[in-house]
Amino acid sequence: MPAELVLAIFLLPFFSFAIISFVLRPFFNHRPLLSGYVTIAAIGISLVLSIWALIEVSGAPHHILQMPDYEWVVIGDTVIRIGVTVDALAVVMLIVVTSVSLMVQIYSLGYMKGDGGFCRYFAFMSLFTGSMLGLVLADNLLFLFLFWEGVGLCSYLLIGFWFHKPEAARAAMKAFLVTRLGDFGFLAAILLLYAKTGTFDIGELQNLALTGAIGGTVLTWAAIGVFSGAAGKSAQFPLHTWLPDAMEGPTPVSALIHAATMVAAGVYLVARMFPVFASSTTAITTVAIIGGFTAIFAASMGLVMNDIKRVLAYSTISQLGYMMLGLGTVGVGISTGYISLEHGLALGVAVGIFHLFTHAFFKSLLFLGAGSVSHATGTFDMREMGGLRKAMPWTFFTFLIASLSLAGIWPLAGFWSKEGILAASFHYVPVLFYLAIITVFMTAFYIFRVIFLTFGGEYRGTDQGSHGLHESPVVMLVPMVILAILAVVAGLLPINEFLGGESHSFFGALSHPLAWVSLVWAGGGIFLAYAIYGAKWLSAASLRQRFAPIHTLFSRKYWFDELYENLFLMRLLVNGIFAALHWFDDHIIDGAVNGIAGGTVAVGTVVRRLETGQLQAYGLAIFVGILAIVACVFIFS
Amino acid sequence: MGLDIAFWILAVVCVGAALAVVLLRNIFRAALFLVLCFFTVAGIYVALGADFLAGAQVLIYVGAIGVLIIFAIMLTRESRQGSPSGRLRLPALLIGLLFLVTMVFVVVGTDWSVVAEIPTEPTTSAIAQALFSGEEGFVLAFEIAAALILAAIIGAIVLVREK
Amino acid sequence: MGVGLEHFLILSAVLFAIGLYGVLAKKNAVVILMSIEIMLSAVNIAMVAFSRYSQSITGQVFVIFIMVVAAAEAAVGLALIIAIYRRRKTVDAEKFDLMKW
Repeated sequence: MPAELVLAIFLLPFFSFAIISFVLRPFFNHRPLLSGYVTIAAIGISLVLSIWALIEVSGAPHHILQMPDYEWVVIGDTVIRIGVTVDALAVVMLIVVTSVSLMVQIYSLGYMKGDGGFCRYFAFMSLFTGSMLGLVLADNLLFLFLFWEGVGLCSYLLIGFWFHKPEAARAAMKAFLVTRLGDFGFLAAILLLYAKTGTFDIGELQNLALTGAIGGTVLTWAAIGVFSGAAGKSAQFPLHTWLPDAMEGPTPVSALIHAATMVAAGVYLVARMFPVFASSTTAITTVAIIGGFTAIFAASMGLVMNDIKRVLAYSTISQLGYMMLGLGTVGVGISTGYISLEHGLALGVAVGIFHLFTHAFFKSLLFLGAGSVSHATGTFDMREMGGLRKAMPWTFFTFLIASLSLAGIWPLAGFWSKEGILAASFHYVPVLFYLAIITVFMTAFYIFRVIFLTFGGEYRGTDQGSHGLHESPVVMLVPMVILAILAVVAGLLPINEFLGGESHSFFGALSHPLAWVSLVWAGGGIFLAYAIYGAKWLSAASLRQRFAPIHTLFSRKYWFDELYENLFLMRLLVNGIFAALHWFDDHIIDGAVNGIAGGTVAVGTVVRRLETGQLQAYGLAIFVGILAIVACVFIFS
Repeated sequence: MGLDIAFWILAVVCVGAALAVVLLRNIFRAALFLVLCFFTVAGIYVALGADFLAGAQVLIYVGAIGVLIIFAIMLTRESRQGSPSGRLRLPALLIGLLFLVTMVFVVVGTDWSVVAEIPTEPTTSAIAQALFSGEEGFVLAFEIAAALILAAIIGAIVLVREK
Repeated sequence: MGVGLEHFLILSAVLFAIGLYGVLAKKNAVVILMSIEIMLSAVNIAMVAFSRYSQSITGQVFVIFIMVVAAAEAAVGLALIIAIYRRRKTVDAEKFDLMKW
C-alpha cells in the first residue's frame, strides 16, 4: 500500500474541512447540503482506505507496515522526524473512527437539517475526524500531541456548537479546561521523556522502556503524566465532570466524539504506550484502580439521572473505565509475573481495544437512538417520554439491541469484549473484579431503566406532543440499522485475535463459569429494572424514599461539581491564589512601575530647577566642566 | 631692547583697556575702550612681525566690528542702563581667576621648543602662498570661510529685517 | 630677561580670563559680545606668537580664519540681539529665559 494513501486517510478530512471553510461556506452557503456530501465523501474514502490498510496489515509480518518518515523540525543538530505507524492497533482504531464517523455524518444530514450552522457543523466534524485519524496514526509523541489538542479543540467547538445557549458555552469551556488539566500532565510527561531519552518516537520509547533504559522513577512519573492526559480525555475519575455537561452539544457530536472516538483516545493512548506503562508497577496499578473505580463510580450516578443523554454519558465514562481496567489488570498481571511479557503486552492491548471497538458501535448507536427520540419528542428528559415503542419501532429495536450489547448479553458484541476484561481482572486483580461485576449489574439496570422509561408504558409528555410522535427519517435510520448490525456482529469479528488476544468459539464461551456469573448479574439488573419501571411491582418513588441519602448522593453526582467549583475554583483559586496574585499584581508589580514613574517625576521636578534658561549659568557650567577635566588630567597623568 | 619696551607698553595698555571694557558701567565708553584694545592688539602683531595680520586687525576689528558694536549700542538704546554686572559676578570672577592661574601654570610649566629667532620679514606673500597653494594649502578652508561669511550676512539680514 | 614666547602667552591668558569674566558676569548682551571679541583676540595673540616662535606660517593662516569667524559671529550675534530687543524691549541676558523649564 503506497504511503501517500495512508497519509490520505487522515489528510482527506482536513481537505474536506478546508473546502467547506474556504469554498462552500463563502460561495455556496445557500446549498448547505453540499458540505455534508463533501464530508461524507471524504470520510467514505478514508474508510475504504482504512479497510485496505487493515487487509494489508493482516497480511504483513508482525502485523506492521513499514512507512517512511519525514523531517519535521530541524533545530541545529536536533531533528524531529514524524511518520505514521500502521499496525494492528492503529488500523483497528482507523476502522472504528472512520466507520462510526461515516454513520454519524449520514445521520447528521437528517438530524441537523435546517440548522443555521449546517456548514460549520460539517466543517468541524471533518476537522475532528481528520485530527482523530492523525492521532491514531502518529508515530511520534509530539505529533500525536498536536492532534490530541486538535480533537480537544474540535470537542470544545462542537460542545459549544449552539454557543448562544449559555449552558452550552459553559459546558464547552468546562470540557476544555478540565481536559487541559490532564493535558498539562501529558505535555510534562512528553518533555520529561524527551529530556531523558532525546526522542519523541513512540516505538523507540517503547523499546527503551522494555529494555529498562529509562529509570524507574522517571518512567513512573512519565507514565502517570501520560495517564493524566488520558484520564482527562477519557473522563476518568477525578477528571470525569466535564463529560456529562458535554451533552449540551448536538447529539451526533455526542455519539461520535463523546462516546465512540475522542473519549476513547485516552484508552488508545494508554494502549499505544502500553509497554511503558507495563514497565512501571505503580503506574499500571494506578491505571487499573482508576479504571475500576471510575467504572462503578460513574455507573452509580447513571442509575438516577433523568436526562437520557446524561445516563448515556455516565455509561460512557463507566465503560471507558472498563477499558482502562482491562489494560490495567493485564499490566498488573505482567508486572506481578502472572503472565509473560510478550504475551501480556499483546493481550492487554487486545482486551482494552476490543472493548473500545465494540463499545464504539453500540454506544454511538445508543446516542443516535437518543437523538432520534428527542427528534420526535423535543426533549431529553425521560420523565416526559414513555410509550415510544409503537411510534418509533425502528428506533426502539436498534436501541434495544445496543442496550443488550451494552449489558453484555450473549452473543452480542458487548458480551465478548466485556468477558475479556472480566476475565483479566478476575485472574490478575480479584478485588477489582468484584467492582467490575457489580458494575455489570448497574449497567444492565440503568440502560434498561432507560428503555422502560422511554419506550415502555404510556406517553407522559404534553398532549399536543403525542400527535407529533413519528419515526425519524430514513437518512437517520439507515446509519442506526447499520450500527445495530455492527453492534451484533462486532464481537464475532476476529479483532481480538488480530490484536493478539485469545480467541473464543461461539458457544465455547458459555462453557466458562465466569460467563454465566456475568450473565446472571446482567440478567438480574435487567429484571430489577423491569420490576421497578416495567411491571411496576416495586414503586420507584418509595424506593427513592427508602434510600434517600444514597439517591441524593448519586443524583448530586457525589457533589463533585460543587467540590470543584465552590471549593477549588471559588475558594482556593478565585478567592485564594487569584486574589493573592491580583494583590501582588496591583501592589508589587504595578507599585514598582508606578513607583519608578513617580520617582522619576519627583526627581524631575527638583532637577528641572537647574534648567534656568540663563545662558550665562550654562556658560559657567561649561567652564567649570573644563576646569574639572583639566584637574583630572593633572591628577591622573 | 626697543621691542621689549614696546611689548610692555602695549601689554599694559591692552590689559587695561580690556579691563575697562568689562568693568566700566558706561557702555559707550566700554565700546571705545574695546577699540583701543583692538588697536593695541594690532600693535602686538607688529611686535611679533605679523605685518599683514596687523593691517587686517585694524581693518576688520577696529573698522568693521568696532563700528558694528557701536551701531548695536545705539540701536538697542540700552546705554542709559549702562552695563551692570549680573548675579553671577562672583562665580564668574572665581572661574576667570582659576582659568588664569591654570593657564599661567601651564605656560610657565611647559618647556617650549623655540626655534632660534630669525630676522622679521614681510609675511604677506607667505600667507598668500599658504592659503592658495593647491598642494598643502588651505584653499578648501578658504572657500568654506567665504561660504560661511555669505551665510552669516544673509542670516543677519533675515534676522534684522522688519517684517 | 628679554621678552619671549611665555610673555605673549601670559598676555593672551590674561586677556582671555578678562573676556571670560565679562562673558559670564555682564548683563548687557552687547557687552557680552564685546567680551567674546576680547577672548578671540586673546586666542589670536597666542596663535601669532606660536607662529612667530616656531617659524611656521600656519598660525597666521589660522588667525585669518578666526577673524573671518569672528566677523561672522559679530554680525549674526548683533543681529540676534537687535531682533530680541525688538521683541522683548531688553538686552538683559538674565531676562532671556525662553529655554527655562
